[in-house]
Amino acid sequence: MQEMNNNPVRQSDYLLEVENLVKWFPIKSSFFKRTVGNVKAVDGVSFKIRRGETMGLVGESGCGKSTCGRTILRLQEKTGGEVRLNGQDIFALNKEQLRKLRPRMQIVFQDPYSSLSPRLPIGEIIGEAVREHGIVPQGEFDDYITRVMEVCGLPPYYKDRYPHEFSGGQRQRICIARALALSPDFIVCDEPVSALDVSIQAQIINLLKKLQADFGLTYLFISHDLSVVEHISDTVGVMYLGSMVEYAETGKIFANPLNPYTQALFSAIPIPDPDAHIHRIILQGSIPSPANPPSGCKFHTRCSHCMEVCKHAAPKWLEVEEGHWCACHLYDDAQAKAEAEEAMARAKRSQAQAG
Amino acid sequence: MAHDKKNSSYISGRESRRITRFNRRVTRRLEKERADANKDQSLYTTKMKNPNNVVEFDNVCTYFFSDVGVVKAVDGVSYEIPVGKTVGVVGESGCGKSVTSLSLMQLLQRPSGQTVGGEIRFNLGDGTAYNIVNTPNAIMEKIRGNRISMIFQEPMTALNPVFRIGDQVDEVTFLHHPELSKEEVKARTLEMLELVGIANKEGVYNMYPHELSGGMRQRICIAIALACSPSLIIADEPTTALDVTIQAQILDLLQNLKDKLNSSIMLITHDLGVVAGMADYVVVMYAGRVVEKGTTEDIFHHPSHPYTIGLMKSKPVVGKKVDELYNIPGNVPNPVEMPNYCYFRDRCEMQCERCHGDYPPEIRISDTHIVTCYRYIDQGEIVGYPKSVDVEAL
Repeated sequence: MQEMNNNPVRQSDYLLEVENLVKWFPIKSSFFKRTVGNVKAVDGVSFKIRRGETMGLVGESGCGKSTCGRTILRLQEKTGGEVRLNGQDIFALNKEQLRKLRPRMQIVFQDPYSSLSPRLPIGEIIGEAVREHGIVPQGEFDDYITRVMEVCGLPPYYKDRYPHEFSGGQRQRICIARALALSPDFIVCDEPVSALDVSIQAQIINLLKKLQADFGLTYLFISHDLSVVEHISDTVGVMYLGSMVEYAETGKIFANPLNPYTQALFSAIPIPDPDAHIHRIILQGSIPSPANPPSGCKFHTRCSHCMEVCKHAAPKWLEVEEGHWCACHLYDDAQAKAEAEEAMARAKRSQAQAG
Repeated sequence: MAHDKKNSSYISGRESRRITRFNRRVTRRLEKERADANKDQSLYTTKMKNPNNVVEFDNVCTYFFSDVGVVKAVDGVSYEIPVGKTVGVVGESGCGKSVTSLSLMQLLQRPSGQTVGGEIRFNLGDGTAYNIVNTPNAIMEKIRGNRISMIFQEPMTALNPVFRIGDQVDEVTFLHHPELSKEEVKARTLEMLELVGIANKEGVYNMYPHELSGGMRQRICIAIALACSPSLIIADEPTTALDVTIQAQILDLLQNLKDKLNSSIMLITHDLGVVAGMADYVVVMYAGRVVEKGTTEDIFHHPSHPYTIGLMKSKPVVGKKVDELYNIPGNVPNPVEMPNYCYFRDRCEMQCERCHGDYPPEIRISDTHIVTCYRYIDQGEIVGYPKSVDVEAL
């Protein structure tokens, strides 16, 4: 680990590499505080994001997409796996090194009403971290904040106002300005537009896109609004109950979703055209508890293509087409099929023994 | 205003006291009128203009008498809800779509919120109608939950956490049908739970709300709303708090139930996609007024008001790739000081000479399609003007 930190920063195509990331939250018993189980919020997620691109992360609420975003930034400690930003393992850093890295990675939260301190004026909210990290010399501080605000479409005289004086859209601009002020490489956008009205959503999305073009930012865009994700992302990952079930370029995944869950999710998008008659796959039931996920493929309880093997063996993460990854037994190759059969036999044996 | 560096919302102490005095005087008088339980029935019974409608909003004005002045949340809104049809009401937050429905239920935050003008006619089915605006509370209690019921946005907060599901559904039937025995009420509740697609109805009957997921809770809310087979269901953003897949389930359920029970639905939402899939008629509201109304085909195939056009363009659609989303410039005008010209003019990119005049009239551009914009003044007949109530005269 130590060696890797001393290495000069590797310049690869990928800014962010996430490998097999695991985040479990322990469930404690009430009295002895023993761990009686784990909520497997993120359970083995891997992906890479290219420099200057946006990856969309979609899924139902409770599927672990926000936890994933927060763990990547080390706002929470991981349970397992690796996250590399610019080739540097984030979880191997000590406190001081991490503090130095913080300006490089930022986050924009979902709710602009609760993520701004009501007691600080806007200039201070945006500038607090700039001062802390010494991004600009003290003399240029004011000019710098003005510049950042202008870039985000905020008039400079807002500097002395307080958050309660602003509408939701403007608050979200302030949140974006706060993240941008540290000139980061990577921003996690955790549902940045879901709390906003349609016409304001468009403003914020356009702003995010403009900033990406101007400053070469890389985004991880977490959202449950698929139409927004399609608009802004270059690649899309679909999560279900803590695992990634499909990953591909935006065009590919929307044109040809492979996983039955992705198919159902995409068919549920309401289309603003009264004549559009799409075949809607309506999923039954709701998402199972991540503390006690179903055995085998986690989606098998709601899947319309469920086979015997799905109930016992977890599907492998395979590259079905070039650049199109999917975890589903429908697309198993010969090797994966054999492994799945074996796992199924094993699971059945142990079940019989237990029974 | 936005360019003014000074705080524009500043009110002097004297002005503030004047507003408070005025508010107290007006709201007291209105409250007193409403509290009169022995009101003559002729004062609040009328006739429907068209007996095929469940509800007719006719120039409804609902104002909030706030500490900073009168907020005209709904100002001269007129539209109809036909029997057995779904009407979608679309608009941004704060445009008055929820306040219209609350006026219909008389559930406004009183005493500051008051319906000060217009008529809301509710069809009783026997040729007569109630004018909800003047209906006393005692009568309203018999209508709410029985003839008109409501599904709220947040299924998490709409249910009472300390009562069992069964009790909460029972309550409605019990209140409106006191003649039924306990067993009959329970049987009806179980029937309702089955109707909304709950498989384990006996089990759910004895559960508490926290034991259910969001989608299941929304089903319970729908069961409560349907318990008395109302003629109108108001669904106020019923799926906004739910996931896409659950949203599809709930919308599918609502659509099926509507056909089964022959109720009308007033679907309030900001999601154009939901409206396109569900509604027969669409009403677009902006800043407390209706800017466009028509059938779903009219609105989606020939959007005419610049606001509707902007709204459609600003929403990304799956499968349609655009480089940059359109965004409507500017903000909604301050609700305390509405301009005396078209409310949308300052944000409109299609404004013309005429727009500098008064607020535009409602113009009928086809049999079913009405738009409030000067661009169409030569293309159709004027059917009416939204009428505001003079606040000072109250």
